[in-house]
Amino acid sequence: MSEQERRALTDHPLYQMTLTRFLGFIREPEAVFWTFVFPILMAAGLGLAFRQRGPDKPHVGVVKSASSAATLASLRKDTTLIAESYDDSAALRALRTGKVAVLVKSFPAGVRYIYDPARGDAATARLVANRAVQKGAGSVDVIATTDSYISEKGSRYIDFVVPGLLGMNLMGSGIWGLGFAIVTARNQKLLKRYMATPMKRSQYLLSFLLSRLVFLVLEVLTLLLFGHYVFGVPLRGSVFALSAICLLAAFSFSALGLLIASRATTTEGVSGLMNFIMLPMWILSGVFFSSANFPSVAQPFIKALPLTAANDALRANMLEGANLAGVAPEMLVLVVWMVLSFALALRIFRWR
Amino acid sequence: MMTEGPALLVRDLRKAYGDVVAVDGLDLEVARGECFGLLGPNGAGKTTTIEICEGLLSADSGTVRVLGLDWGKEPDALKERLGVQLQDTKLAEKLTVAETLRMFRSFYRQRKTVDEVIALVELGEKRESRVGSLSGGQKQRLAIACALVGDPEILFLDEPTTGLDPQSRRSLWDLITRFRESGRTIVLTTHYMDEAEKLCDRVAIVDHGKVIAEGKTNELIESVDLSHLPPPEPRRTSATLEDVFVSLTGRTLRDE
Repeated sequence: MSEQERRALTDHPLYQMTLTRFLGFIREPEAVFWTFVFPILMAAGLGLAFRQRGPDKPHVGVVKSASSAATLASLRKDTTLIAESYDDSAALRALRTGKVAVLVKSFPAGVRYIYDPARGDAATARLVANRAVQKGAGSVDVIATTDSYISEKGSRYIDFVVPGLLGMNLMGSGIWGLGFAIVTARNQKLLKRYMATPMKRSQYLLSFLLSRLVFLVLEVLTLLLFGHYVFGVPLRGSVFALSAICLLAAFSFSALGLLIASRATTTEGVSGLMNFIMLPMWILSGVFFSSANFPSVAQPFIKALPLTAANDALRANMLEGANLAGVAPEMLVLVVWMVLSFALALRIFRWR
Repeated sequence: MMTEGPALLVRDLRKAYGDVVAVDGLDLEVARGECFGLLGPNGAGKTTTIEICEGLLSADSGTVRVLGLDWGKEPDALKERLGVQLQDTKLAEKLTVAETLRMFRSFYRQRKTVDEVIALVELGEKRESRVGSLSGGQKQRLAIACALVGDPEILFLDEPTTGLDPQSRRSLWDLITRFRESGRTIVLTTHYMDEAEKLCDRVAIVDHGKVIAEGKTNELIESVDLSHLPPPEPRRTSATLEDVFVSLTGRTLRDE
């Protein structure tokens, strides 16, 4: 009761507010799902959908005729294609429906290839089929060739998408985590109730950043470890640089979340605003496909988006092993977003 | 710690929202140790007045001194010494009673323990229950516990028993009476005249942003001339505070 009472750390307002924020979050099963489980499901789904199977073998159809037996035998010797034999009418149907990429018709004087040159795989199939037919008839390569195969980790789609998902997750939980909690507190007049206590406003906002830190470690680790150990996504950069990028990105998005939530009084209102801010970045900032696909006039704008900066920095670190100096421009973009959002949010924040 | 003078002094308070004048030259004086009721129809300016006194709203003009202190000069010292229950606060549903109180307690320098306030509001059995699982009356007792945990000298309650069942109301009345008996000051608003009659030493009836009657509860009741009550009020041998209220503010319905 006395003012001289010694305070344990656990009795500090900052600790208490961070703790209650943490408890409030983990007791919300949906929030836990969207933050931790969903990104992993997403990575797993994309990883499986785009896993490396090697290119499909071309399907070659042989039209039955008096001289087709030898052609079929030659084609079947080649393991890089799949050859089937068809009757006249069935052969054309197979070509039309895409079951085969090319038809081979044998004549005593030679063979004819029937295919649609506009189909991407048809030209390749014709080349492969012709090689098999010529070889079967005794043709020999003039220059000796050998092949050596490589499989480089880091160039697969899953390697591209995991850093993108990490960036998207940092943005989502920063913006949703702060935005929703603050607007709910304002809507339920809890913010106003706090204003009637000696609580310090700076500590209130700081408690959000601190609880973000706790979750940051958890959500980054789950996604990275999953990607690394299940799909072999490389982690070529230093852990220190990677942590610094994640930390800066998380604070930058939290500041943006604070700004988005600084005036709104209803959760419906803030949801719309958050989607309005986040949706363009999901599309433009290179989460699922490279932002280089957009026209070059749009590039300066796209590069200035915080999610583009976060994704580029994460990819440079994880896939190319870039250190902090190597991602300095991206870090600068994130710092600018953080400082501007935070400063503006503090100016216009509605406490009641 | 105790300074001299009234617990609450309001002089010529004015507050308008755009064209709507909510408080229009209101005066109040609440002595220390008093339970003071602020009565009035919906939209009379009660909540605006009490929120200005709580430091949540700023007045357009006028003087407000709480415990002899000025919101403009010593807001931090004032917040340490007052307890507040707002009309429509929803505490976080996912936290338990004890967790909620522990957090509110951490804001204050001089304070009660969590166990003390839980005992005061009789929520011992609900100590580890989530706020979301509490009944309306229990939530309201928790809201008042949050106001008491900072060991306040003055307690502001805005419609503390609105929407509660009779048992919960009586339990809150006991709580308020006990706080009052410890020598602290209470300022409350209510729509229930029986509540004001039972709890308040003095009341002020507010309408259109002004105090239209003020005095000791029993004296106000005695001053009513039963024959002047608008019909069809039933004649009784003695008046109630409700008679005072209706005779002063009329029978026209007021909406928020």
